[in-house]
Amino acid sequence: MAETGQVLNPRQRRAQLLARTSPIVVPLGAALLALLIGAITLVALGVSPIEGYRAMLSGAFGSRDALARTALKAMPLLLVGSGICISFRASVINIGGEGQIVAGAILATILAQALPDLPSVLLITLVLVAGAVGGGIWGAIPGYLKAYARVNEILSTIMLNIVAVQIMNFLLKDVLIDPAEIERGTRIPQTERLSTNADLPQIPGLGRIHLGVLVAVGVAVLAWFLMWRTSFGFRLRAVGHNPDASRYAGMPVKRSTVYALTLSGAMAGVAGAVLVFGSESHRFVTDGSAAGFTGSAGFNGIVAALFGGLHPLWTIPSAFLFGGLLVGANAMQRAVQVPSALIIALNGLIVVFVVSSDRVRQLITRRAQLLAPVTSARDEIMFEPPEGGEDLEGSVAGG
Amino acid sequence: MAEFFTISVLVATVASGVRLATPYLLAGLGETLGQRSGVLNLGVEGVMLLGGYAAYYLTFRTNTPLWGVLAGLIVGALMGVVYAFITVTLRAEQGISGIGIFLFGLGFSDLLFQRQVGTPRTIRGFGNWKVPLLGDIPRIGEMFFQHSLLIYVAFILVPLMALLINKTNFGLKVRAVGETPEAADSLGVSVARVRYATIIIANTMAGLAGAALTINLHIFQSNITNGQGFIAVALVYFGAWRPTGVMLGSLLFGLVSATVLQWRTLGIVSGAVSSLTAMAPAVITILALVVISRRVGAPTALTRPFERGH
Repeated sequence: MAETGQVLNPRQRRAQLLARTSPIVVPLGAALLALLIGAITLVALGVSPIEGYRAMLSGAFGSRDALARTALKAMPLLLVGSGICISFRASVINIGGEGQIVAGAILATILAQALPDLPSVLLITLVLVAGAVGGGIWGAIPGYLKAYARVNEILSTIMLNIVAVQIMNFLLKDVLIDPAEIERGTRIPQTERLSTNADLPQIPGLGRIHLGVLVAVGVAVLAWFLMWRTSFGFRLRAVGHNPDASRYAGMPVKRSTVYALTLSGAMAGVAGAVLVFGSESHRFVTDGSAAGFTGSAGFNGIVAALFGGLHPLWTIPSAFLFGGLLVGANAMQRAVQVPSALIIALNGLIVVFVVSSDRVRQLITRRAQLLAPVTSARDEIMFEPPEGGEDLEGSVAGG
Repeated sequence: MAEFFTISVLVATVASGVRLATPYLLAGLGETLGQRSGVLNLGVEGVMLLGGYAAYYLTFRTNTPLWGVLAGLIVGALMGVVYAFITVTLRAEQGISGIGIFLFGLGFSDLLFQRQVGTPRTIRGFGNWKVPLLGDIPRIGEMFFQHSLLIYVAFILVPLMALLINKTNFGLKVRAVGETPEAADSLGVSVARVRYATIIIANTMAGLAGAALTINLHIFQSNITNGQGFIAVALVYFGAWRPTGVMLGSLLFGLVSATVLQWRTLGIVSGAVSSLTAMAPAVITILALVVISRRVGAPTALTRPFERGH
């Protein structure tokens, strides 16, 4: 942020401070508002909100073990969320995380069953790639449908979620089912214990935290690098920012749509792979619903990404926070008998508040703009990630 | 397969298809009005869950399904006010805020159900009412005219919604606001007021759809809608933003679902394969979207918040 050297009056200074801090203050305000509504709900249910939230906090962050659980819960949220940052920035609304996670898990599982004896390093690399490919395919389908058949991607991704779940159910009940389940007649829809060569290794000194968490952080950094440090990412964001201008500037809008959804799906697909091979049972298992396998990470990842301002690096702490909420919700359920579904409801509220608060942020920024000294106004009040809006407009118009 | 193609089974399947079409139809009709005014309400699924739970709970308490219906309508209308405030006044992104409403409805209905009821308990529904004369026609009567109250309501609303959109002053404003809000605004139509009205009606109908679902099934459970609200949104595209189109789509979906259920009952598909037939509605939706989206354009201002001077 460039120093202007100009003397600002207190009102201007306040307005600019507010505009600068709004990317952090506004989402936090949204989260606090949601937690407040949660507290009111708890009171209405006859539960002390202080006791409930205390159980939640200690369950999520209170011990080394709790932190490890939170990190593991955050892992798929971060992977999905990084993809969401890419697709939403490209103006493609990918609601298909659930299906893409499942698709990635299916392909990774099939690969591990086909090549169980590969050396560990190679097999782990391959199952991660297979997860990305599976999720990528499941993202590319709605991408092509949007780009070339004008099919609304929100609807097609939701429908593909349903399709993926039923394919998973079919495979886990039939082709991929653990033979022991058939012998015993219990027929739990799960695979047999997958090759130990594909087990994600635990990170020394960090308890149950395994390689998957590092992969998730790595993918988030990769997403950031792609979107803000390469011309490819620049084009995606430009198209998302203003498709018409980008088209006139000669950018391939349709192809960008396909790339954005494919990448987004691929990252969710990796989540599918790490959920299978990082699980305690080392099986692919479901209860017949999407959430039974994914834990609704496909939706919660959207929440985490929005909360992180659709910025992959901010999504890292954001995913950790929401992982904590989810882990804490279970602790709260045990402590004060409030169903953990409360957290799903609160997540919904956070989404609504964060999306609505864009308007509030706009107003804050506009006020700062109006009050700012004329010459330096544009530099001073940039509030998006600095490389966001301004330079895009400039270069697209110049291109 | 032969046992499926007997008259009595086919008649029963069609009748059950009409029944299963009702929630899609009620939600889809409301969504049609909302989208014609330029607002995509993706929260239908969540509102259906909330309305469905409210209807279930009140019927459970009072043993009177009519109170349940009323509860569903009220919850729907309230959610409509909330959604209108978010998308019209705050101009939030419609697709994403709809997903927020969905998550809220999913979690909150489940939370209340687990706390207030806990174990699945059945409730009373409306009895079947045979339409005089028409209900006595052999087969036809059994398929279409021996249903419970809400099913007739849904189908009567089809021509009413078509009239509202195409023949009334309000409908004209709705279409104007959905196609060119700037022009409507310049002629003195309040874009915000029209959209508030359509969104509240749309959500009230989504609440009613949820009520129809739980009252007809006599139960509630977590995520009982299982994607029906999202499919209802897709059916609006499928029906090319016309009430009769939405009705045909809903009937198609009802029939497909009824057939799948019937096959499972008869043992034609069993075990793992029934998972594959269960994805039929979603696959049909995608294919339909591919065909429709090329030919028919959505309302021009769909998903676009209106702001004067932009």
